[in-house]
Amino acid sequence: MQLTQNSTSNAAETVISFRRVSYCPPGATTAVLDELSLDVEAGEILVLLGLSGSGKTTALRLVNRLVEPTQGEVRVEGLSTMAWDAIQLRRRIGYVIQEGGLFPHFTVARNVAVVPTLQGQQPDVVQRRIASLLQLVGLPAEQFGHRFPHELSGGQRQRVGVARALAGDPPILLLDEPFSALDPLSRTSLQREFRDMMARLGKTAIFVTHDIREALVVGTRVALLESGRLSLVAPPNEFAQARDGLAGAFLETIAPSWGPA
Amino acid sequence: MGTGLTPPTLELVALTGQHVQLVLLATAGATALAIPLGVVAVRRPTLGRFILAAAGVLQTIPSLALFGFLIPLPWIGGIGARTAIIALLLYALLPIVRATVTGITGIDPAVRDAALAMGMTPRQRLLQVELPLALPVIVAGLRVATATAVGVATVAAAIGAGGLGSYIFRGLRMHDTGLLLRGGVPAAALAVALDIALALLSRNLDARAHGGRARVRGLAAVTVAAIAAVLAAGAWAGRAQIVSGAASAPLLRVGSKDFTEQRILGELLAQTLESAGIRVERHFELGGALCHQALAAAEIDIYPEYTGTSFTTILKHPAGPAPRVVHEQVRREYRQRFGFEISDPLGFRNDFAILVRRETARRLGLRTLSDVARHAGTLRAAFGPDFLTRADGFPGLATRYGIQLGQAPREMDLSLAFHALAASEVDLIASNSTEGLIERLDLVQLEDDQMWFPPYEAVFVARADALARIPALGVAISSLSGRISTEAMRRLNLQVDGERQPVELVVSRFRQGLATAKQTP
Repeated sequence: MQLTQNSTSNAAETVISFRRVSYCPPGATTAVLDELSLDVEAGEILVLLGLSGSGKTTALRLVNRLVEPTQGEVRVEGLSTMAWDAIQLRRRIGYVIQEGGLFPHFTVARNVAVVPTLQGQQPDVVQRRIASLLQLVGLPAEQFGHRFPHELSGGQRQRVGVARALAGDPPILLLDEPFSALDPLSRTSLQREFRDMMARLGKTAIFVTHDIREALVVGTRVALLESGRLSLVAPPNEFAQARDGLAGAFLETIAPSWGPA
Repeated sequence: MGTGLTPPTLELVALTGQHVQLVLLATAGATALAIPLGVVAVRRPTLGRFILAAAGVLQTIPSLALFGFLIPLPWIGGIGARTAIIALLLYALLPIVRATVTGITGIDPAVRDAALAMGMTPRQRLLQVELPLALPVIVAGLRVATATAVGVATVAAAIGAGGLGSYIFRGLRMHDTGLLLRGGVPAAALAVALDIALALLSRNLDARAHGGRARVRGLAAVTVAAIAAVLAAGAWAGRAQIVSGAASAPLLRVGSKDFTEQRILGELLAQTLESAGIRVERHFELGGALCHQALAAAEIDIYPEYTGTSFTTILKHPAGPAPRVVHEQVRREYRQRFGFEISDPLGFRNDFAILVRRETARRLGLRTLSDVARHAGTLRAAFGPDFLTRADGFPGLATRYGIQLGQAPREMDLSLAFHALAASEVDLIASNSTEGLIERLDLVQLEDDQMWFPPYEAVFVARADALARIPALGVAISSLSGRISTEAMRRLNLQVDGERQPVELVVSRFRQGLATAKQTP
């Protein structure tokens, strides 16, 4: 099936490929992921949607090898993650965590500078990169660069988290509920900004959320995880048509309500 | 000496400096060792459990016992500051290792994940993220370690490492609360000061680790400056205190054991040498057998000794021979075995003295040790650990006289034993015949009617090379030979122990008396 897909669309190059991946944490009896197979094409924003404990975060962490598969393999740019040098692999992948995971002892600017500096870029290049990234996420460096994470609002911290993940110009981004801590208004605006920004930058991304509304706004495709198995993968407009099962239940939560039943 | 400070002040400054130096070197060494151990413990949890358990066991060893274990070890053992620093270092390990582990594992998992996911190498994660964020916790551990070290360092005086503990041991020996306070109060103040400095540092580091503006540098600079000032003052006072005379004059290092009589004899020799134009370094109050070891290691040149101690403890001969025989044999064997010279007797003997209250002696009609054997069932005894276990101490004495006490003798520090005897908590203790307290507390010394104890004639033991190097040394020694009677020695001890007069003053007055006596034979 994948072969025919690839042959029909030559431009769609597979960047991340889960091949019958199972993951069972040490000592646990039930698998968190059960023979997951999924391809993510270049330029896609694949949303992993699911309830808590469905295995979406684990799937994400398999890509940058923060966890290693029990069975099967995850291929990144054609190479199994286990064949990659972990450090090199991670430097090609931006990672955004729920709470931002910012270094509390670094200023905003220094947080963003970490990866470019690790990559050995010149200080003046790093400075320009910081300025343009902070501009991109709407936090001008003159105003925010010297602040510390605790001096920012939750939303500002998550924006810095995104800027930091982009700083090394990685071809791949992994985002784990990056906008979860936001109020609904800033959340909606940040989701739109993010979708447009990703379209401009042409990155490939996996975006984890349990928010169906967010999944439909941000994703180019939405994958539904249920107890470690993939139950539905579809573009947002097709996904929104689902009426049965978990997908239907998710959609019902955002269905227009016509007064008391 | 031209320092403008009185000798007691100089001594306080010098001992405080030594104390700070012990604490500082030990905690610095412990930190350098404990942080890597903590990091290893985090990275390798199985090994980590072993490291923490080992450090925990070290901390449960009583401090004096740990010093005892270390002394006979090659390289790290021996007497003086080095051994003390190693013992203090071992104590300081646990709190810092534990704090390092807690500090690193306590970092927000999201932050650790972020560092990992950014492609930082283990080393980069450690230096840029883990250690900076764990630092406030590590400093809090350092706080605990430092407070412990200030306390344990007072015990270090027992192995000749100096520090404020010297006052405390001296105060205990002399029943002098003032001396106890002179050691205890500065030690407590030191602990509080260091604790406040580290608490401030920890709080400011914590603020910085969470992105606050902190005055870490200024604070650290002030602390370092204060510590450096104390160390410098201590070193200066230490030199001013132990070294006298012009720098060009020959230098002699005089040692003494850690009790009053020895300090008096050491000071007497030192003053005699100084008046002969010789520079003297005083290394007084070396505990136990340290003087002999220090002399063998050429760390000192001369110290006062007793022939009985040399004969039985060092040369391991059984007691028995008469005083003259003992003296001759010790002199001969010391010359052959160690290259040490034994002086002529100074004039008094400091024999073992079995003491009871005058009231007890009267009530039971006790005059000799044979009398004791008849009433042993009703007498409660307390002895120092030395006398209690040495073959030439109580075990042999009990066998010779057939003394069977109603209850086993209690092990007690000698100075406390005098307290206990005076308070009628015990009835019989062992001390020395020149002890000033014998007269002050109105005690009775029972006669060794079967001559069980060896004769303890006071002499000086000197390195032969020192005698050859400084001819005036031999002259000074012979000017003191035969000049100190047992009564005179008891009086001198009483002036220092009982009347709290400074040793220096007591000795210089005694020397004036000697000079007068010489002029009017």
